[in-house]
Amino acid sequence: MLSKLKVPLEKQKVMPVNGDEAVAYAVKQCLVDVVAAYPITPQTIIVERFSEFVANGEVKTQYVPVESEHSAMSACIGAAAAGARAFTSTSSQGLALMWENLYIASGFRLPIVMAVVNRALSAPINIHCDHSDAYGMRDSGWIQLFVENSQEAYDTTIQAFKIAENPEVQLPVAVNLDGFFLSHTLENVYMLPEEEVHEFLGGYRKPVKTYIDYLNREVEYKLDPASPLSIGPLDLYDYYFEHKMPQVEAMKRAGDVVRGVNEEWYELTGRSYGDGVIDSYAVEDADAVIVVLGSSAGTMKYVASVMRRKGFKVGVVRLRMFRPFPFNEVKDLLKGVKAVGVMDRGLSFGSYGPLYLEINTALYYSRERPLLVNYIYGLGGRDLSPAMAEEVFIDLINTAKLGEVKEYLKFIGVRS
Amino acid sequence: MVYGVEEVSGVSSGNPQPEIGPIECEYGRDYNLPLEFNLRKLAETRKPILLPGHRLCAGCGAAIVVKLIGYALRGPAVIANATGCVEVATTIFPYTSWAIPWIHVAFENAAAVASGIEAAYKALQETGRLPFKNIDVIALAGDGGTYDIGIQALSGMAERGHKVLYVLYDNEAYMNTGIQRSGGTPMFAWTTTSPVGSVIPGKTQPKKPIADIMVAHRIPYVATATPAHWADLFRKVRRGLEANGPAFLHVLSSCNRGWRHGLEIAIEISKRAVDTCYFPLWEYKLGEGYYLTDRSLQIARNPKLKQPIEKYLELQERYRHILRPEGRELLKQFQEYIDAVWQDLLNRAVNAPE
Ligand SMILES: Cc1ncc(C[n+]2csc(CCOP(=O)(O)OP(=O)(O)O)c2C)c(N)n1
Ligand code: SF4
Ligand SMILES: [Mg+2]
Repeated sequence: MLSKLKVPLEKQKVMPVNGDEAVAYAVKQCLVDVVAAYPITPQTIIVERFSEFVANGEVKTQYVPVESEHSAMSACIGAAAAGARAFTSTSSQGLALMWENLYIASGFRLPIVMAVVNRALSAPINIHCDHSDAYGMRDSGWIQLFVENSQEAYDTTIQAFKIAENPEVQLPVAVNLDGFFLSHTLENVYMLPEEEVHEFLGGYRKPVKTYIDYLNREVEYKLDPASPLSIGPLDLYDYYFEHKMPQVEAMKRAGDVVRGVNEEWYELTGRSYGDGVIDSYAVEDADAVIVVLGSSAGTMKYVASVMRRKGFKVGVVRLRMFRPFPFNEVKDLLKGVKAVGVMDRGLSFGSYGPLYLEINTALYYSRERPLLVNYIYGLGGRDLSPAMAEEVFIDLINTAKLGEVKEYLKFIGVRS
Repeated sequence: MVYGVEEVSGVSSGNPQPEIGPIECEYGRDYNLPLEFNLRKLAETRKPILLPGHRLCAGCGAAIVVKLIGYALRGPAVIANATGCVEVATTIFPYTSWAIPWIHVAFENAAAVASGIEAAYKALQETGRLPFKNIDVIALAGDGGTYDIGIQALSGMAERGHKVLYVLYDNEAYMNTGIQRSGGTPMFAWTTTSPVGSVIPGKTQPKKPIADIMVAHRIPYVATATPAHWADLFRKVRRGLEANGPAFLHVLSSCNRGWRHGLEIAIEISKRAVDTCYFPLWEYKLGEGYYLTDRSLQIARNPKLKQPIEKYLELQERYRHILRPEGRELLKQFQEYIDAVWQDLLNRAVNAPE
């Protein structure tokens, strides 16, 4: 099989890098025209490495060292609207500062790619990993992908441009990687020769064409003096709603594109991540299944494999794609499972974890609805140890045995 | 950052030559349009960048300012507009009044958006993908979007040295949201958030010296202008576009709704703003210093031309309270403030008489 790969492993270069560097190297290979970014732990290494590539003339990218994340996203919007391929990266407070612009980037249908190195939100201030930042942007119209390791961070960053720029999609993509657990942890990462990445992406970005009535012709969607578009007009109750519908439709199509790109990547590199949308482990005959995002999936899978050997029928579902949310796939996958535990590294105060709410929605229409428990874990970077993971599985197995849920919302690894 | 002589980014230094596309651009592919001062010829040969049909109020200064800027373009240009009256009133979907590429993203980030556009064109040019010799990037924002919420992005753009002409149309309040005070609102002016009460007489703080703040950034070109002194404005727009780096143009832009004056006196009011030295006309060139221009230079040479501040204030209801007899003390303070700022400028101006 491997010999059929377009770029067999021996032609890929192994680099010992951390997650941030994996992203920076990926961006370096993607013919990105403009990078506008601002440092924040744990994302900083991305901008540092990338500035080095620029300083050494290794890329032709225009690097805009903006004075804030608000301006980072603004500059990316300006650049992408001018027809450029644009990238930024941030974490936590930086992402929060971008907030209004996130909606504008997706509303303008600009295929910007952003690495989000997940970190808890203040207060209290904390630099370590949780998913509160990513959850905060879940309604902003961005495609949100979560990776499990640095190899996947590299692979997904490249894929993200292809997904975002697909004419059927034309939406910004956020690639989420766990702060410190991935961003600052060394791993051997296989990288492609640069030409292969260029070919995979089809070269530089090509803006899509669209018919503009006041110009009475089809033009590229960009700021071009030869076809003067007005981008970002005031749009009131007579049109705004209609203008939101294509975003809804594009999101519907995105899942298939993510899956397609995952497949293409497999043919190119020999690596794939489940079907691109969901990456599951030992779910088929499982009685108790954990659903999780990001690097904790590694721990959960490891513990599941140990428990399987002891005879427990447990499995893990790692969602690689959080937006658009794969409701139908989740519903089908969890059919017949006795108890499902949703692990959220973040929560909506006064409610549940955002992932739990989605899974709940997915399962509502299922006739064989599993019991459902929400486990909040790892806030502010609190480690999820294998022992804690095992506890979660045991709790879930007991719930399955009991046949009812006593407590829907549980907090894991927190002192009382 | 050091700025040398004019050199359009990327065109020199053996970069790949851009392919010229098949579709005609109104402004050509080059950046060599002559600066035309013959109004008839101008009207016959140049299409305005702002076409009829926009919904700015009758008599709005900003509409005149935008049109005048368009007449001074040297070639293809794009505009990044901040949220505000101009943005809202020129584009209500499904219509647009803009004849050149235009983008509006948000309120506080016109300078950052313009930075991104400029960076994008540079990248396209350096890789042979820009079918123009140059595209000028203009940021356009009101006083709210400049003095207040947008100053960070503006300062960042200036510090990083983006080749962008930033145009501030200053109507001295947040007009789009209904006349609230801004850092650009002058002292004692009435606004809906600096109302004239029985204790507080309108805004108590003076206007922030935004153009001097931009001079302090040591960017290549900073200037002030009004729509009444249109030839002066033309020249300044052109110099701003030709500057090899960021340029800042501060244009006074009367608002009859907020300043409370008649619909037909936008130009007269602009004239009086300069005649009273409320709004002196000057330009700053890095390495040379401040130069008075047009009417302000005449006043410097012949101080008898300087009018008392009442001449400017009396046209505007927002100052009614300081023109009443009980406001005499405030009026005096206003005059003293204007005189001090004018004197300060005379001291600095390279071309002011000794
Ligand atoms: C972040 C944000 N805060 C507030 C607003 C509301 N808002 C829109 S325009 C505006 C005032 C604009 O004032 P100015 O920049 O002076 O432009 P003008 O309308 O006077 O031309 C305000 C406060 C907004 N759109 N965005
Ligand atoms: S409110 Fe003032 S600035 Fe706004 S359009 Fe009307 S006159 Fe012009
Ligand atoms: Mg204003």
